Amino acid sequence: MNFDTAYEAITEETGTSPRWAYGTGFTDPLAGVDTSVPDGVDGADLAAYCLMLGDDALIMSHRLQEWLARAPELEEETALANIALDLLGQARLLLSRAGTADGTGRTEDDYAFGRAEREFRSVRLAEVTDADFAGLVARLLVFSTWRLALLDRLRAAADPVLAAVAALGVREVTYHRDYAAQWVIRLGDGTDYSRARMEAGLTAVAPLVPELFDATQTETRLAEAGVAVDPGALRDSFDSVVAAVLAAAGLVWPAAVPGLARVAGRAGRDGVHTEAMGYLLAELQSVARAMPGASW
Amino acid sequence: MTAGQDAAELERYFEETVARDRRIEPRDWMPEAYRKTMIRQIAQHAHSEIIGMQPEGNWVTRAPSLRRKAILLAKVQDEAGHGLYLYSAAETLGADRADLTERLITGAQKYSSIFNYPTLTFADVGVIGWLVDGAAICNQVPLCRSSYGPYARAMIRICKEESFHQRQGYELLLTMMSGTADQREMVQDATNRWWWPSLMMFGPPDTDSPNTGQSMRWRIKRHTNDELRQRFVDMTVPQADVLGVTLPDPDLRWDAERGHYDFGQPDWTEFKQVIAGNGPCNAQRITGRRAAHEGGQWVRDAAAAHAARQAARAAAREDAA
Amino acid sequence: MSDTVPADTARSNWPLFEVFLRSKRGLNHVHVGSLHAADAQMALHHARDLYTRRNEGVSIWVVRAADITASSPDEKDPFFAPSGDKVYRHPTFYQIPDEVPHI
Repeated sequence: MNFDTAYEAITEETGTSPRWAYGTGFTDPLAGVDTSVPDGVDGADLAAYCLMLGDDALIMSHRLQEWLARAPELEEETALANIALDLLGQARLLLSRAGTADGTGRTEDDYAFGRAEREFRSVRLAEVTDADFAGLVARLLVFSTWRLALLDRLRAAADPVLAAVAALGVREVTYHRDYAAQWVIRLGDGTDYSRARMEAGLTAVAPLVPELFDATQTETRLAEAGVAVDPGALRDSFDSVVAAVLAAAGLVWPAAVPGLARVAGRAGRDGVHTEAMGYLLAELQSVARAMPGASW
Repeated sequence: MTAGQDAAELERYFEETVARDRRIEPRDWMPEAYRKTMIRQIAQHAHSEIIGMQPEGNWVTRAPSLRRKAILLAKVQDEAGHGLYLYSAAETLGADRADLTERLITGAQKYSSIFNYPTLTFADVGVIGWLVDGAAICNQVPLCRSSYGPYARAMIRICKEESFHQRQGYELLLTMMSGTADQREMVQDATNRWWWPSLMMFGPPDTDSPNTGQSMRWRIKRHTNDELRQRFVDMTVPQADVLGVTLPDPDLRWDAERGHYDFGQPDWTEFKQVIAGNGPCNAQRITGRRAAHEGGQWVRDAAAAHAARQAARAAAREDAA
Repeated sequence: MSDTVPADTARSNWPLFEVFLRSKRGLNHVHVGSLHAADAQMALHHARDLYTRRNEGVSIWVVRAADITASSPDEKDPFFAPSGDKVYRHPTFYQIPDEVPHI
C-alpha cells in the first residue's frame, strides 16, 4: 500500500458522522417529532420553561468546559468532557424548542448569544464556580440528582418535544449522577484531606439547593397543563438519593444551612443571578457579539 | 531465557520480521535501542496530544455558535483520548505513565513544537484543523504501518478520528471565508501565523537529521522529513486556493518539471529556539500541565485510598464468613 | 476515619487495567487498549468514556493487567514460560535515561 492509497483509505468517508452536529447520540432525537405547540398550552410559557431547563444545561456545561486540561487525571478529562457535551446537546435541543414555541423563530444561537443576563433563566446553582474538584462533584451530584428526577417525570410531558428531550436526557443524566456519586464517595471515604475538601464542597453547594424546588408561576401553570414538572414534587426523591450517597461516603449533609437569599423575592429563574454570571456570559458571548452578522 | 533461543537467533528474527513489514509485539525480543527509541517516540507523541488540548481548549468557552462549541469540545476530548491510547502503547514496552508525565513536566521529554504557539482568534481553531491536523495526518498515516504493533494499531484509530478533525477545521474556514470581511481577514491573519510553524512540524531538513537512517531501517520512520513536507505542501496549496487564502510564501510556485510545488524554507533559527524552550508558549503549556497533574495528586490519592479500604473491607468480610 | 489506610497507597498510582470491547453486533470481545483507574468500577466508567466515546450498546470488560495470564507461542519471547506468564506486556520496568538523542 503506497502513501497515496494509505492516506486515502484513512480519510475516505465511511458514511456521515452525525456526532459532529450534536454532542451526543447518532441520530437527530427530534426527527419526526411534531414541533407545534400542544392545545391548551401557552406558547410563551412553554418557551420560558424550555429556556429554564436549557439554560441550566448550557451554564452547567460552561463550568464543566472550564475543566478542560485541568482535570485531576487524563481519564477524568474524557469523562468531564462527555458530561459537558451531553448537557450542551440538551441545551441546544431545548433552546431550539423555545424558538418554535414562542413564535419568534429564534435559533439556539440567538438565545445563547443574543440575550442579556436578566433574560437567562438558569438556577444559580449552575453558574457558581467551584473551589476544586470536590466542589465540582458536590455541585454535579446535586445538579444531576435534581435534573434526573425532573427529566424522569418530564418523559410523560404533553409536549412531544419535551418528552423526547427528557427521554434522551434521562439516559445521559443517570450517567452523570452516577459519576458524581462515585466521586463523592471516593473523596468522602478517601484521605483526611479529601474528606475535608468534600465537606467544604457540600457546604458551598447547600445554600443553592432550596431554589431548585421553588416553582415559578410559569411552571405551576404548565404543570397543570401536563407539560412541566412541579419542582416541589422532586424534593423527597432528591433527598433520599443524596442521603444514600452521603451515607456511603461517610458524610452528612451540612446542617441547617439557609438558602441563598433572593433579591426582592427574585432569583435565577427570574433572571436575577449572582455576580459570577456576568463574567460567564461576557466570555461565552464575546466572539459572537464582536462579529455581528457573521455566520459560523 | 528458554533453551535454544540465543541472542543471534532472536536478533535475526527481529530484523526479518521488520524487513517483511510484519509487526513486533510487546513480548518479542527487540534491541534495547529500538525499545528506547520507540518509548521516546510514542511518549512524545502522547505528550503532544495532551499539550495540544490547551491551545485548542482555549476557545471552547468562547465558540461563537453552539454547534462549533460542540464540535471543538468533542475534538479536544478526542485529543485526550489519543494521548491515552498512546500512553497505553508506550506502557506495553514497560514504561510507566506517571514517569513519562514527570519527564514531560521537567522537560526531559518533548512534545510537538507547534503547540508552543498561541491561539489568538477563533479562526486559529479552523486553521489548526486544516494545517496542523493536516500536517499531523501526513506524519501519522505512515506510522499506521510502524513496525511496533501496539503503536501501529493506536495510530490507525487516531488517524481515522483526526481526518474528521481536519475536515471540520476546513469547513469552519470555508464558512468564514464566505462570511463577513472581518471573518475573511481573521482567517488570513491566522493562516499567516500558522503556515510556517506547520511546515516545521516535519522536523529539520534531511541534511540536519542524522538519526533518520536507523529509524528508517527499523520501520519506525517510513519517510524522510523533506518527503513528508513536500507531500504536505502539494496537498495544501490547492486547498488554500479553494478557500481563497494566500499562503505567506513568496517563493511558492508550481514546478512543472518536478511535478511538485517549490517553496521557501522556514526560519530554522526560530525552530531551534522553540525546540530549546524559548517559544511563545512553552512555559505556559508546561505550567498548565504541571498544575493539573500536581494539583490533582490529592484526588488520585483519595481514589486509591478508597479502593484500598474497599478491598480491605471485602477481605475482612470473607475472613469473617 | 475508622479504617487505617495502608501507607503505600499514599501517592500511589492507579493500577493498569486492560480493556476489551464487543461492539454492538460483534461476535466477541476484542482487546482495545488499557487505562488507569483506582478500581474496577472506575475502570468501567473510563473505558466507556475513552473507548466507546458516547456510543451506546457496547459490552465492556475490564481486567487488571496484573490478573492476566498470557502465553505467546508465536512471538519470539525470551521470557516465555511454557506454562504461561503473568502479563502480556514487556515484563521489565524501563528506566529511561535523560540523554537519548532525537530521531
